[in-house]
Amino acid sequence: MSVKPLSYYRERYIRFQPSPFCPGCGNGTILNCFVRAVDELGIPQKQVLCVSGIGCSAWIPSPNFRGDTLHTTHGRAIAFATGAKVYNPDLYTVVFTGDGDGAGIGGNHLIHAARRNIDITVILVNNLSYAMTGGQIAPTTFHGLRTTTSPYGNPEHPFDLVKLVAAAGATYVARWTTYHVVELTRSIKEALKHRGFSFIEVLSQCPTQQRRLFGFRDPMRRLPSRIVEMFAESTYIRDRPLKESYLYALPRGKPDEALKAVKDALKGLKASARLVDHITYGRVVRVDSEDLEAVSERLSNLSAVERLVDALKGKIELGVFVREHRPEFTESLRMLIERAGGMR
Amino acid sequence: MLTPGRHLVLGNIALAEGALRAGCRFFAGYPITPANEIAHYMSQELPKVGGYYVQMEDELASMAAVIGASWAGAKAMTATSGPGFSLMQENISYAYMTETPCVVVDVQRSGPSTGQATMPSQQDVYQARYGAHGDYEAVALTPWSVQEMFDLAVKAFNLAERLRMPIILLADGMIGHMSEKLIVPEEVEAEERRRPRGPECTPFDTDDPSLVPEMPIFGEGYELLVTGSAHRPSGRRDYTPKYLQRKIWRIREKVLRAEPEIRDVVEHELEDAEVAVISYGASARPSYGAVREARSKGLKAGMLRLRTLWPFPEEVISKLAEAVEEIIVVEMNMGKIVREVERVVCGRCRVSLVSKVGGVLPTSGEVYNAIRRAVR
Repeated sequence: MSVKPLSYYRERYIRFQPSPFCPGCGNGTILNCFVRAVDELGIPQKQVLCVSGIGCSAWIPSPNFRGDTLHTTHGRAIAFATGAKVYNPDLYTVVFTGDGDGAGIGGNHLIHAARRNIDITVILVNNLSYAMTGGQIAPTTFHGLRTTTSPYGNPEHPFDLVKLVAAAGATYVARWTTYHVVELTRSIKEALKHRGFSFIEVLSQCPTQQRRLFGFRDPMRRLPSRIVEMFAESTYIRDRPLKESYLYALPRGKPDEALKAVKDALKGLKASARLVDHITYGRVVRVDSEDLEAVSERLSNLSAVERLVDALKGKIELGVFVREHRPEFTESLRMLIERAGGMR
Repeated sequence: MLTPGRHLVLGNIALAEGALRAGCRFFAGYPITPANEIAHYMSQELPKVGGYYVQMEDELASMAAVIGASWAGAKAMTATSGPGFSLMQENISYAYMTETPCVVVDVQRSGPSTGQATMPSQQDVYQARYGAHGDYEAVALTPWSVQEMFDLAVKAFNLAERLRMPIILLADGMIGHMSEKLIVPEEVEAEERRRPRGPECTPFDTDDPSLVPEMPIFGEGYELLVTGSAHRPSGRRDYTPKYLQRKIWRIREKVLRAEPEIRDVVEHELEDAEVAVISYGASARPSYGAVREARSKGLKAGMLRLRTLWPFPEEVISKLAEAVEEIIVVEMNMGKIVREVERVVCGRCRVSLVSKVGGVLPTSGEVYNAIRRAVR
């Protein structure tokens, strides 16, 4: 990545300051990655069309991005983008959507656009809830989580959006988080260059609504970094070998008591223990050691520990999942024109 | 495309042909009876003229794609029937708000709900006017013949570009599925979009007396902010009351100011009439037969046929109320336009209704009997 000052991107690509987002929101990070990708590829700004629907994610490009923006109705951004892209295939058409907008109300357009393999890039910001409207259950909310519409726990199960969109036929599919800004920027560049339907899910922090979702009691200013660190802890990058050797001890009672008990039990062993947030298991004790067998032996009968889990268990896989090529929709449409003897 | 001259074609084909001649180069739709032939013809003919047919996953997407294509510079259209028209309403509202030129065809069928999918009605006349949420002024045209399917399709595209708004072409299953003579003219007058000439543009307000701003398109460096949220003249989202107040006033007023040129009614033997029949679309056909029958029997009956249903031609009907004893409204619903007539007439003459539902046309006999009752 080239090193340019933030002011360069701000002056060139950002229309209005300050941004409309809550302090600590992941949307600014995603906008940042996007404009860097556009800049590094040298795409003329007038050739970029950003389409968005309704929700916080829709405000990433509109009105912030200095280029053509189409801020549409709830869930329909991809369908609007389809019309614009078909009529003017020279437009780099990028849809910013959220998990509610893109996978809930707009889920049908998502899978059909993937099926058509239309050359549109969809950046889906997944904050695991309907955030703008007050933190209701979304199609991505994990089973059991508390939201404003699931006060006793979510009875539903979430979509795995990467699997969904890959199965629907997308030819570029990736997933990152707001922690992985270098990888995300690289992925956006790949998606913009890709001829076909490209989809990037970005797991993003929402300090406003995820406070309830994850049961975090910290003061507001500490939440963004705590959630982003949890994303880092709770994910792994596919095809990348695990560099560290560790496991998690799930506390039976209070996490800090479990940490104390674990530390006591590990005395004499070359191991370190600390409390971390895990997206699946909550507040857990992470034990790093070269000798995990010895660690397991010492912790297996500890009353403060409910059970031990492997490093990768319950984690979210990141990376590029699909990179394929098959006929692109607008190209196929132009072939029809040729076949029919028409001229543009 | 059809050659200029005489043809025997289906109403839906005539409509699609008119659209193509008016410059339509993008069609997005979803299959529905009785509008399918429009999609068939468009998928066959659009590629020949370098245009695009896209079959979307539903009607919401169809309407969305049409708006997206319009902002990319296309003259764009979709065609559906009542149930699909309901699904399009949210995005039609978006088109009013963003002042997006496009044409929406509703080949009305008999409802409510799935109703009689293959049979005609005129039950969507209020949906065309009030179906979308929010405040706006609608324009809806109602053809009564295959020829008018062609003519009014051309007119719909021209009005869409002139007024920068969605225009509803309100056909019905009867006219859509009827074959009749169509004369395709050598040339049609197609209006082009008023685009900004310079690098500066205010896309969402204007000082022009037409109140219709110039419309830039994507990809030309205007850095467009198009949004369904309340916005400033520049397009920037802003909830300050004055911006939306001005917007709503302007998107209504631009239609009302243009009403005299949008107005399109056909008068038949009204000069000395004591009874006037008002009808539109398919139900105007038996009404016309009934008026001729009445005249041949010496009854002073006349007819006013509405080719523009919305905005409602109040001036014409107000004058008519002064001239006749009774107005008979004939329509294929339980009585909708009759309410508009009553509102305008305001007690100045009698108003009655010949209503027919169940997917069938009123007969000329039924209308004739109503005329006879009115004369007595």
